[in-house]
Amino acid sequence: MKTSRLSLTINGARRTIETPPMKRLLDVLREDFQLTGTKEGCGEGECGACSVILDGVLVNSCLVPALHAAGANVRTIEGLSPGGSHPVQAAFARCGGAQCGICTPGMIMASVHLLERNPHPSRLEIQEALAGNLCRCTGYQKIIDAVQAASEGDEIADL
Amino acid sequence: MEPHVVGLPVRRKEVVGKITGAAKYIDDVQLPGMLHGVTIRSTIPRGKLLNISFLPGVPWDEFTIVTAADIPGSNVVSQIHDDQPMLARDMVNHPHEPVLLLAHENKDQLRCARELVHIEYEPLPAVLDMDEALEQRTIIWGQDNVFKQYLINKGDVDSVWAEAARIIEGEYSTEAQEHVYIEPNGMLATVSPSECVTVSGSLQCPYYVHKALTTLFNLPSHKVRVIQTETGGAFGGKEEYPSIIAGHAALLAWKSGRPVKIVYDREEDMVATTKRHPSRTRHRTAVSEDGRLLAMDIEFTIDGGAYSTLSPVVLSRGTIHAAGPYRCPNVRVRSTAVATNAPPHGAFRGFGAPQSLFAVERHMDRIAYTIGLTPDEFRRRNFLRSGDATATGQIITQPLDLPGLQERALRSAGYYKKLETFRANSASALKRGMGFATFMHGAGFTGSGERHLASVVELEGTAGGNVRILCSMTEMGQGTNTILTQIAAEALGIAYEQVEICPPDTALVPNSGPTVASRTSMIVGKLIEQAAGEFKKRLWSDDELPADYSPGQFSAKLRDYQSVCGPLRTRAQYHEPAGIHWDDEHYRGDAYGAFSWATYVAEVTVDTITGEVQVDEFTALQEVGRVINPVLAAGQIEGGIVQGLGFALLEKVTWNQGSMANNQLTNYIIPTAMDVPPIKVLFEEIPYEYGASGAKGIGELPMDGPAPAILNAVVNALGIAFDHVPLTPEDILSKLSQNGKHAHDAPEVVETIA
Ligand code: FES
Ligand code: FES
Repeated sequence: MKTSRLSLTINGARRTIETPPMKRLLDVLREDFQLTGTKEGCGEGECGACSVILDGVLVNSCLVPALHAAGANVRTIEGLSPGGSHPVQAAFARCGGAQCGICTPGMIMASVHLLERNPHPSRLEIQEALAGNLCRCTGYQKIIDAVQAASEGDEIADL
Repeated sequence: MEPHVVGLPVRRKEVVGKITGAAKYIDDVQLPGMLHGVTIRSTIPRGKLLNISFLPGVPWDEFTIVTAADIPGSNVVSQIHDDQPMLARDMVNHPHEPVLLLAHENKDQLRCARELVHIEYEPLPAVLDMDEALEQRTIIWGQDNVFKQYLINKGDVDSVWAEAARIIEGEYSTEAQEHVYIEPNGMLATVSPSECVTVSGSLQCPYYVHKALTTLFNLPSHKVRVIQTETGGAFGGKEEYPSIIAGHAALLAWKSGRPVKIVYDREEDMVATTKRHPSRTRHRTAVSEDGRLLAMDIEFTIDGGAYSTLSPVVLSRGTIHAAGPYRCPNVRVRSTAVATNAPPHGAFRGFGAPQSLFAVERHMDRIAYTIGLTPDEFRRRNFLRSGDATATGQIITQPLDLPGLQERALRSAGYYKKLETFRANSASALKRGMGFATFMHGAGFTGSGERHLASVVELEGTAGGNVRILCSMTEMGQGTNTILTQIAAEALGIAYEQVEICPPDTALVPNSGPTVASRTSMIVGKLIEQAAGEFKKRLWSDDELPADYSPGQFSAKLRDYQSVCGPLRTRAQYHEPAGIHWDDEHYRGDAYGAFSWATYVAEVTVDTITGEVQVDEFTALQEVGRVINPVLAAGQIEGGIVQGLGFALLEKVTWNQGSMANNQLTNYIIPTAMDVPPIKVLFEEIPYEYGASGAKGIGELPMDGPAPAILNAVVNALGIAFDHVPLTPEDILSKLSQNGKHAHDAPEVVETIA
């Protein structure tokens, strides 16, 4: 299969790989960089388990071909705190926002994305911001609580 | 001693891995030399397998190919009956039945190869719904298309009809529901030269998979090892089907000599694996002049799909819950699980109870309206009380105050006031309504199930002076790790952090039974308490058990003990509490060690222009014994309610020739953050003597109440009866247009004045 050279910044580090240009960004992250915190729940842009922040935009990485990420700045769950101390991570832990955990990295990225542009969202704004991320365990209430708690706590560190 | 670990909102034991992305699910695991496996499936509902051919286009010699002929042991998925093959032999009995397996190291090659396997069939007539199955024109299973039947017969219903003031009938139905755990199924198998089969993956019940593999390979149990990896949701959906995927991966590994991983994509997971059993319930009820239940005659039928799998036990739970939490001297429940040529339906949170409870709780509202009592008053007159007997003759021995529970729920939902306000403002196109359901859920296996399981747990001291729990209960999001750790820490008098929990691995942990049936806290937790008691006794065997000790003193004592006497390990096994009797033969007696009880209240707005229903607020009050972790418990309730909301209003499987046609998240719709109302979760805590720290079951209960509560609210808003879930906007619009008038004289309501 034809490959091309791709450079991008992942969680602040500049990286270069040879990859088929149409390979999904999700697979590039998971297979080429072993960043398996980004999950696949559907592969069709419906569940948000694969959410990452690409040049400041929240995207479903299962729908993004590698070539679209050329030169881009990609943030994944691994770029927050490895110990889980980022305020949004900590709020998810405290409020019960993670149950089975499979939606959690995507949910946290979507929440971080929201809070960085709207530090004090209303309940409705949180619901809207997370509407593209499915969770089958929590019923969303504790996730909404976590985002609210994070918004009331410390500043959201911009990484 | 650490006095209070139970009752505290301690953090989830494995939370750090989950919030950092470090937790490893099976899709995240790679092994050197690993192949990927795929399943080739039938494309017709029923027929003879004539021929399999491999069309040119890929280098077939590079592929590992497995058919039924390669199976070293028995070609069955070992469960209750052994009627389901691991790979189809000469017949296929449902669409998407596994026929053949392929493995290759390159996923793209596999994708091409998949399209190049050609299977020829001789199609046979198929049975596609419950009525066709019952008509028995085509027999597809056994002699009569019937997997199982039960009969509950209390008193004599037929002696009552003549004298009843009113007889009210109703028919209720529910459709299939897909689990949609966000992590699709997956398994990784390795086969070592010494012929040991090891499988790890996303699963609920390690010992179910273990049994299936020993049968499939005809191996002694010590040669099969099953390990659970982090599991991204299950809800019953990873109770039985993982045995099949594990078998397939292991067969490919066996034949290729390489590790093989099978991970389903979403479409395959939705189309091929189990769903909630579709159901139909018919009620005929005799009521006295003063609104008391005289007789309940109930017919409950579920569609089991093509093989029996767990249908007999799902049917059993549905049957036992069919008469609801009501006292009635004469009850007959006749229930049947039938075969159709669809993929087998299976375990799903609630396990038959959400279906039959939906029916009875809609029916109670229908009776109330028909006889002119309010739904709350009618129920109040008929609730079970302590000392009463249920339909199976189980005497309620625990304290029970359902009128009080219901009243508290209704008041905290603002039910009475809102009913009035909504009635006064009923002129608008947006109709608002209130509805509720009062119900119960039996915790633990039904009937003699727990006695037969005879579950075991162990505790062992670690070198560092901590205590490790060894049990086969799996964490799939519901909080097993945390809850069992809290129970152990409390019983040992040590800190939460001093208790470790061994990952479920059949080489390391005893069989504590499956992680199903709301049994983890109540049954297995209790065993952990017993093992903890024994642990303390052994630790202080030469001295008095001190009245108080610090966590540090405990660890020091444990280290000292182990340096002299070697590892300290204690064990506990389930024995039925005295006074619990179940008679399998007559299907009577104490069906469950304990029931949890609840009233759920829904407030809805129905848009009569679009037919859309919005749930504006939801109140859930439950009595589940003692609450071990308030945050986790509320999380279970909220999650269950939202699944129930999906079941009630959104989740509709479209069938085509026995196959799910909308097997994508684009057209099978589950609730999003936008769909959920504020949910008020309340607990009434009455400690249960035989449950760990007083806990009863909690996980399934919240699935039972939302559908009837929401439909009752819609009926209240519109004055039109709806008796089927999911209730879609189309259903609402079509009834609105044909029937502007009153619900409660809808044709299916029969009233007889004796
Ligand atoms: S995996 Fe990308 S949206 Fe579901
Ligand atoms: S925590 Fe399981 S899907 Fe969200």
